[in-house]
Amino acid sequence: MRKMTNNKLQMTNVGIFIILIMVVAAIFAPMIAPYDPSEIVEDNTLAPSIKHLFGTDDLGRDIFSRALYGARISLTVGLVAVTIAVLIGTLFGAIAGYYGGLVDSAIMRSVDVMLAFPSIFLILAIQVMLTPNIYNVMIVIGLTSWMGVARLVRGEFLRIRELQYVEAARAIGASDLRIIFRHILPNAMAPIIVAGTLGMAGAILTESALSFLGLGVQPPMPSWGNMLMDSQAYMRDAPWMAIIPGILILLAVLSLYFVGEGLRERLDVRG
Amino acid sequence: MRKFFFKRLLQLIPLLIGISLISFFVMHLAPGDPTALFIDPNVDPGELARVRANWGLDQPIPVQYIKWLWNAVRLDFGRSYMTGQPVIGEIAERLPNTLILMIPSYILTLLICIPVGVYSAVKKGGWFDNTFTVLSFAGMSIPTFWVGLMLMLLFAVQLDWLPATGNLVLPLITMTIGSLAGLTRYQRAAMLEVLNQDFIRTARAKGLPERVVIFKHALRNALIPIVTIMGLSLPDLFGGAFIIETIFAWPGMGRLGVQAIFSRNYPLIMGIVMFSALLIVLGNLFADIGYALVDPRIRYEKNDK
Repeated sequence: MRKMTNNKLQMTNVGIFIILIMVVAAIFAPMIAPYDPSEIVEDNTLAPSIKHLFGTDDLGRDIFSRALYGARISLTVGLVAVTIAVLIGTLFGAIAGYYGGLVDSAIMRSVDVMLAFPSIFLILAIQVMLTPNIYNVMIVIGLTSWMGVARLVRGEFLRIRELQYVEAARAIGASDLRIIFRHILPNAMAPIIVAGTLGMAGAILTESALSFLGLGVQPPMPSWGNMLMDSQAYMRDAPWMAIIPGILILLAVLSLYFVGEGLRERLDVRG
Repeated sequence: MRKFFFKRLLQLIPLLIGISLISFFVMHLAPGDPTALFIDPNVDPGELARVRANWGLDQPIPVQYIKWLWNAVRLDFGRSYMTGQPVIGEIAERLPNTLILMIPSYILTLLICIPVGVYSAVKKGGWFDNTFTVLSFAGMSIPTFWVGLMLMLLFAVQLDWLPATGNLVLPLITMTIGSLAGLTRYQRAAMLEVLNQDFIRTARAKGLPERVVIFKHALRNALIPIVTIMGLSLPDLFGGAFIIETIFAWPGMGRLGVQAIFSRNYPLIMGIVMFSALLIVLGNLFADIGYALVDPRIRYEKNDK
C-alpha cells in the first residue's frame, strides 16, 4: 500500500461521501420523497421552492421526488450493467491470458472488432430492435462494455501465470480451473475492482444518453437520463428541468471516478 | 516500414468483416422488420410481401448477408429504404457536415490539451495543476449531450447570442469539451512519465536551463503517446457526433445514422456503421504509423507480433 497525497485522499473521501448519500437516498426514496414520482401534484413547470425543492416538470410532477426514484434506477442500471461487463470481461480475459495461443488470438481479435465500433451506435441499434426497457438497457450496456476488462484481465493473467507459485500449484497437479479461480484470479482482483468502479461511472453516463434519446429506461419510470428527455422543449420556461438531473449525473459519475482513482492508489494498481 | 503498413492494412479486412457480421446479424435477427414501421396495417398482405421481396427481406439471413457483402466489396451499399437513393450518395452528402465539426474540434482539442497537460505536469501539485485536475475530472463526468443542453440554455436561450440549432459553434464547443478532459489527463500523465526518466535528470545534471530540458528533451517525448490516444479516441468522437448532431439538429452523418436506426433503414445503417468503422480503423492505423515515424526507437518489423 502506498500513502496517498492529501489532495487525492480528500477527493476520494468526498467521492465516498457523495456516493453514500446517493445510495441511502435511493434506498429510502419512498420514505424521503414528499410526493409520488409519477403523480401530477401541482401546476406544471413551477420554479424550485420550499414546497418543491427542485421545482415541477412539464407535467406538474415533483422533480425532487422523481430525482430520488431516478437515483434508484440510474444507480441500479449502472451497477448491474457493470457487473455484467466485469463478469464477461473477466471470463474472456482469463481464458485468453491463461490458455494463450489460438484461443487468445480469437478472443483478442473479437475485442478489437468490438472496440472499432462507435459503441453508442451499436447500443442504439440493439435498443431500437429490442423493446427498450430497463432490463435490456442493463444487458445491452453490459454486453458492449466488457472489452476493457478483458484486456486488463488478460494482461494480469499473462503476468501471473508465469509466477513461481502458479508453477508450484501446477506441479502438485492442481486443475486448470483451480489454478484460474483459486490462484490467479484473487491476485488479479485489484485492477478489476478499479476498472469496475470506473466502469460503473461509464455505464451511468451511457444509460443517461440512451434514456435521453428515449431508448433507455421508459417513462413513467424516472431515470436521470429520461428526466432530461423533454427538458429541451422547456428550456425557456423551466431550465431547472435540464439543469438538475444533469448535475446529479455529474455528481454520481465524478464521485465514482474519485473513488476509483483512490482505490487505484490504495491498491497500488498501475495504468 | 512498408511491409508493416501492408501487413496492418491486410489485417483490417477480417476486422471490417467482423464488424459487418455483428451489425448485420444484430439487426436482422431482431424481431419485427422495417416494413412494419411505415406501412398501414390495412394494406394488402400481397403488397407487403412484394415490398419485402423487393428489399430482399424474404430470403434467409445468411443469404442476405452474403449478397450484402458481395455488393459492399464493390462499394455498392444498396439504396435507402426511405428515399430510394444510393446509400453511398446519402453518406457522401452528409459527411462534409460531420467533418467540418470533427476536424476543427480535433485541432482545437490538441491546441488546448497539450499546453495544459504539459504545464500541469511541469508544475505538478501547483494551483494550475489542481484546478485543471478537478476540471478535467468534472469534464469526464459530464454527459456530452448535457454539455450541449447547457450551452444551448446559456448561449441560445438565456443570452440569445447564437441560434440553438443549425449553427456550427455550439456543437463544435460541445464536441471539444467532450474529448478535452480525457486527453488533457493523458497528456499530463505522459509528460510526468517522461520527466521522471533518467535522461531528464542527466540533462538537468549537466546544467541545461530548465526551459531547454522541458521543451527540447521532455516535450518531444511526451507528445508521442498522444498520437496513439488520438487514434484510439476516434470511436468516442464518432459516438459523440451521433448524439451531438441530434441535439443541435446538425445535418451530418451522425444524425442521419440515428434517424436510420429509428426507422430501421437497414442499408443505411449498415453503410454508416461500415463507413465509421473504416474511418476509425484507418485512423488507428495512421496513429500507429505516426507513432513509428516520430519515435525512431520503434521498429515494427522486428517485434510486430
